[in-house]
Amino acid sequence: MHLMYFTEQPMSAYPEEEGRKLGYTALIFSNRYFDPVAASRLYQERLDEYRLAEQCGFDGIMLNEHHNAPFCMQAKCNIFASILAAMTRRVKIVLLGNPLPISDNPVRLAEELAMIDLISQGRLVSGFVRGGGTESLATNANPAYNRERFEEAHDLIIKTWTVPGPFRWEGNHYHLRVVNPWVVPLQKPHPRIWIPGVSSRETIVWAAEHRYPYLILNASIEDCKNIWKLYDESAERAGYTAGPEQRGYLIRCHVAQSEEKALRNAREFMWMQGEFTGILDPVWAAPSGYLGPWARKFLSETHGGVYQKKPAPSFERQLRAMSIIAGTPKQAVEKLRILLEETRPSILAFWANDGKVNHEDSKACIRLLGEEVLPAVREIGDRLGLKSPFEANTPVSLAATPASELRPRAGNAVA
Amino acid sequence: MSSGNPSERFVEAAGLKVEVMSGGSGRPLLVMHHDIGNQGWIPFYEELARDFTVFVPSHPGYGKSARPDWARNVRDIAIVYQSILGALGLERTAVVGLGFGGWIAAEIALGCPHRFDRMVLVGSAGIQPASGEIFDQFIVNTIDYLRAGFANPDDLEKTYGANIDAARLEAWEIAREMTTRIAWKPYMFDQAMPYLAPTISAPLMLVHGREDRIVPLSCSERYASLVPGAKLNVLDGAGHFIEAERPNELAAIVKGFVAGGR
Repeated sequence: MHLMYFTEQPMSAYPEEEGRKLGYTALIFSNRYFDPVAASRLYQERLDEYRLAEQCGFDGIMLNEHHNAPFCMQAKCNIFASILAAMTRRVKIVLLGNPLPISDNPVRLAEELAMIDLISQGRLVSGFVRGGGTESLATNANPAYNRERFEEAHDLIIKTWTVPGPFRWEGNHYHLRVVNPWVVPLQKPHPRIWIPGVSSRETIVWAAEHRYPYLILNASIEDCKNIWKLYDESAERAGYTAGPEQRGYLIRCHVAQSEEKALRNAREFMWMQGEFTGILDPVWAAPSGYLGPWARKFLSETHGGVYQKKPAPSFERQLRAMSIIAGTPKQAVEKLRILLEETRPSILAFWANDGKVNHEDSKACIRLLGEEVLPAVREIGDRLGLKSPFEANTPVSLAATPASELRPRAGNAVA
Repeated sequence: MSSGNPSERFVEAAGLKVEVMSGGSGRPLLVMHHDIGNQGWIPFYEELARDFTVFVPSHPGYGKSARPDWARNVRDIAIVYQSILGALGLERTAVVGLGFGGWIAAEIALGCPHRFDRMVLVGSAGIQPASGEIFDQFIVNTIDYLRAGFANPDDLEKTYGANIDAARLEAWEIAREMTTRIAWKPYMFDQAMPYLAPTISAPLMLVHGREDRIVPLSCSERYASLVPGAKLNVLDGAGHFIEAERPNELAAIVKGFVAGGR
């Protein structure tokens, strides 16, 4: 298994009452309430925690980014990835990921990622995302072309990494006169690419068609099974059989010495589900054109003011559904066992600390995960045969898979 | 049944099926609808249809008109319009442009200066306001956007009813998506317009609601200062959707101007 540490890097220090007064705590919530002194301290704490996570035995550190959002202090995951590249020695640096459509120059991204791969001595996993609707609004990237830009930027980055320059790129959304960055990645043919997501059918199919592991962001066990069914079917059509090495999962999981304390801290996971921050207008989450035509009815209701975002399920309900796991390490392992048996991922990200969980409790949680939870989870993973892409040494993509290992594509059989 | 006897048909332009509503009799008058799409045969058209043969195409990508997936800006749409108007036999016509439709009308005039013999642009977008900003529909939901378009917000309900049906919501969504595709950035204006607008040669009247919260009055003022001979008619107490708020008054202004009055 590949076990990762994750935190959304919440900016817990801002006046809650101002957010409540405005009714939103993203996009248009004024940055006049940003406290730079607190933010500087919080960044130092996160760096401490990442260092500790490596010492405690995590295999990877997962990073992400959001814009105009107090719930995530990473406005650019490549910045933290660069710091971790120099600061850590062993962990994989897993970006889940760079939002491609909001970039106007994917070659710049390819260069930055190559530098991170080189400085970290080949420890980069370069995930890509479409970015939420709010990201489109915050960076003024047209949401109607989000998917087209995602796919084209991806193709351009892969070509930049794998085909010697110089070459010219005249695409639909990107136009580069001389693609020839001097710096290219250490890992060959290129760093691994994992794709996180939660709902978009097209992205699941796209990931499967590229043989990229897909990392489900905290869905129910039943939803996971449906996603894996779709992924597996798409993989079969692409000519290979998908397995645990293509499956990732992000679980909110906080542990403490006592159940009482774990529950108190885990309640902070509700913080960014709209109880305190992360309060969005549903219009921002799904701008027109951001989703395919299948979503038009949903969008017409959202934009017509008919659909109102439902409040998140209660904390207790999420505990029962295991979308939040909280307790002593022993209690957490029992829940994780069920999760692993039911959904069989080989990549597991622990979203361990959120909201206003303080630095000391965050570190205590990381230590307990390292000492008691990770070893138990590895044992379960071994028993279930959940080999990570590194352990199974899977090709980084379908394009990098030898033709002899692939079956002819369905409906496209070789004569 | 309305005396304008409206009917619908499709014409083909640039490989696209384009929906056109028309009715009435007399000399032709082209109406360019707002960014929310054409809202059917509304009282404003009916009033115009007493004096004109009124043509209301649904812009490509709006209503039942096919979407040009390749179109990236309003000028692309305006160029398709040259073919639409050719297919309708409107080699020369008067035009009324409503809001976003005013921008397309202006672009058509830039591409073909002889197309229009009279132009009335009502709360027209397309030019960067000298002061204020064009209201950004993409930050709010469509209902709030529409409400901002009425001087009296209660007029939204009077116009569309208390419960807006699913079909209309879906049509608005299709319109909003197409507007996203072609007018996202810069939002609702073209940086070249101040330099090109002086080439508009048709007699032009700008009508603007003083209470327009969607397109600032300064947009019409700017057009008026740039287009030789342009007239500006500011209506006190009117909002952005003047054709819905004051159909008869706006129709009378159009008739007077198109008949040759200034």
